[in-house]
Amino acid sequence: MSNKMLEIRWHGRGGQGVVLASRFMASSAIRENLYFQAFPFFGPERLGAPVVAFTRISNEPINLHCAIEEPDVVVVLDPSLLGVVKVTQNLKASGTSVVNHAGIPQDLKNGTQRRVFAVDADRISREELGRVMPNTPMVGALVKAVGLIGLESVFSEFEEQFSQRFKPELIRQNLNAIRRAYEEVREV
Amino acid sequence: MKLLTRKVVGLTGDGAAAEAMRQIDPDVVAAYPITPQTEIVEKFAEYVAGGLVNTEFICVESEHSAISACCGSSAAGARTVTATSSQGLALMHEMLYIAAANRLPIVMINVNRALSAPLNIHNDQSDTFGSRDAGWIQLYCENVQEVYDTTIQGIRIAEHPEVQLPVMVCLDGFILSHSMERLELLSDAEVKDFIGAFRPRTNLLDFDKPITLGAAAMPEYYFEHRFAQSYALDRALERVVAVDQEFGAKFARSYGVVEAYRMDDAELAVVTLGSLAGTTKFVVDRFREEGVKAGSLKIKLFRPFPIEAVAAALKNVKAAAVLEKAISPGAPGPALFSDVLGALYHQGVKASLISYVAGLGGRDVPPKSITRIYNHLQQIAETGRIGRILNYLDLRGWQ
Amino acid sequence: MKDDSIRKLDKAKLPAWDEIPLGWALLSEGSDDFKTGGWRSQHPVLDPEKCTSCLFCWIYCPDSAIRVKDGKMAGFDESLCKGCGICSTECPQGAIKMAEGAGALKEGE
Repeated sequence: MSNKMLEIRWHGRGGQGVVLASRFMASSAIRENLYFQAFPFFGPERLGAPVVAFTRISNEPINLHCAIEEPDVVVVLDPSLLGVVKVTQNLKASGTSVVNHAGIPQDLKNGTQRRVFAVDADRISREELGRVMPNTPMVGALVKAVGLIGLESVFSEFEEQFSQRFKPELIRQNLNAIRRAYEEVREV
Repeated sequence: MKLLTRKVVGLTGDGAAAEAMRQIDPDVVAAYPITPQTEIVEKFAEYVAGGLVNTEFICVESEHSAISACCGSSAAGARTVTATSSQGLALMHEMLYIAAANRLPIVMINVNRALSAPLNIHNDQSDTFGSRDAGWIQLYCENVQEVYDTTIQGIRIAEHPEVQLPVMVCLDGFILSHSMERLELLSDAEVKDFIGAFRPRTNLLDFDKPITLGAAAMPEYYFEHRFAQSYALDRALERVVAVDQEFGAKFARSYGVVEAYRMDDAELAVVTLGSLAGTTKFVVDRFREEGVKAGSLKIKLFRPFPIEAVAAALKNVKAAAVLEKAISPGAPGPALFSDVLGALYHQGVKASLISYVAGLGGRDVPPKSITRIYNHLQQIAETGRIGRILNYLDLRGWQ
Repeated sequence: MKDDSIRKLDKAKLPAWDEIPLGWALLSEGSDDFKTGGWRSQHPVLDPEKCTSCLFCWIYCPDSAIRVKDGKMAGFDESLCKGCGICSTECPQGAIKMAEGAGALKEGE
């Protein structure tokens, strides 16, 4: 893939807001005047089932219209998937994993130079939102890990997209969750 | 010329179609929800409920009823839009011919999806290819921006006094319908100004000037009627070009009836349509980086088929393949391949042309698969031997 | 757009393809271009005493054969009535009876 394009694969479970996160991350790129695509893996959908979504971000218009084969980044919203789904499958040798994990995730490097980031997004969302909803904090962690999009762009996009649907209190809680994940994510 | 700073948003293909429909503000929308078109109907129903449009939204019990209501409302003089997909389009089939033959300028957004059986909700182009002889104008979209722009252009094309034919705007299910992409929107005023007011040709509700529409025609009239309709569809090509050029002049985006990508000195070409055209461009770029003279040709307008433009684009290539997501059982070749072949024959162009069917039922068509088509074309160009004409990409057990 | 895109068929000569009304939209009130009166093997008979001029017959007649004058039922059109009997079936007053044969239809006053 062209190094001008960042390809992200999202892993989560149905109901965790995986598709929403993939779309929200993409649309935040508007604020950096970048091009983007976000789409779910088109499979059966049910609550709790493993779900995959994709985001492409590029500084040029994106011609590709197919699944991402070798992602630059994988984001894992649910730590329980680590033993179930091969989340690092086809991840580039120079790629990055960003994992929702309270401790040190199992070895995701497989002897490669891949970078691995972890953040306890469950705890952050529980403390900030009052329930486990790891998708928004994981966007904060992703932004810190890949550095393509500024945190301010994410904040303003979130406010614009959700101010019609969410109460101001919920907006503030989500922004806090994003900021905390951005600050608390660490490279393993 | 300094262009206006336009509103840039992220929308799915369905969302973009619904947004265009909101701005078009049709008099009547009759539609029935079906995956993967559902979001269009859902969103538009919200616009109706929220008073954002003045549209009469007709809830119907099937797609056959949807298109029947559309035929009635269009004949009554209402600007009419609908949307469907796959089995829905198949259920509309008999009415599609009636809409075209009665010269009703309906615009339909069709989200391309495979046909049953086996049941499959994913993308291919069997549905609209199956309707290719119904007399509708068919336009295919490569990306979400194109879905938005083509829907707006579709109104102008359909309603042009010399066209007066229904238009199908086709977008690939899920790949475009459920993909969120960046696109630029026009303002409501720009859309309104571009499409203009609807000046209906027929008004069945004008009691002072009663007319008959849908009368029988006996053998001594039917043939002439059908030819007149077919002739009008052929002539519509010029209007499609003109509307697209006007759109381009006003809004700096235009698509042509075909798009020749890096074709100027190309020796190898893949001809395709819809979202596959984008992935193919990506592969062309990679071959070009290696010094291979590769190009691609996107068919934007499938009906009427742009015979001259297709033949002109392919006249100097050494080998070409037609890549499409539909199969024509029992035919000498799949639909798009047969049309391209016909166009070359019409224009006296000899080219080594092969067919590739790919991606049926939503199977992903990644760059590495399309790369194999260009490798195959390289072989044909080097040896001058065509070999097998009909080929199937990533089909297990086929070699 | 040409004003004549909707027009009556020229019966004197069969039109060429580019003379066919656009979309087969015909300027007429219905099927009165086709003289179906010759098909008749039964004919309607009106009982003026029972008729209330509700004009159900006018609505239901598939061949524009019901004559109306000043809003009143005024008999049948000789050249259009094909004797199908729909008017007789639909008449809520039972004011139209079908009789055998083509009959000589009164065309109203």
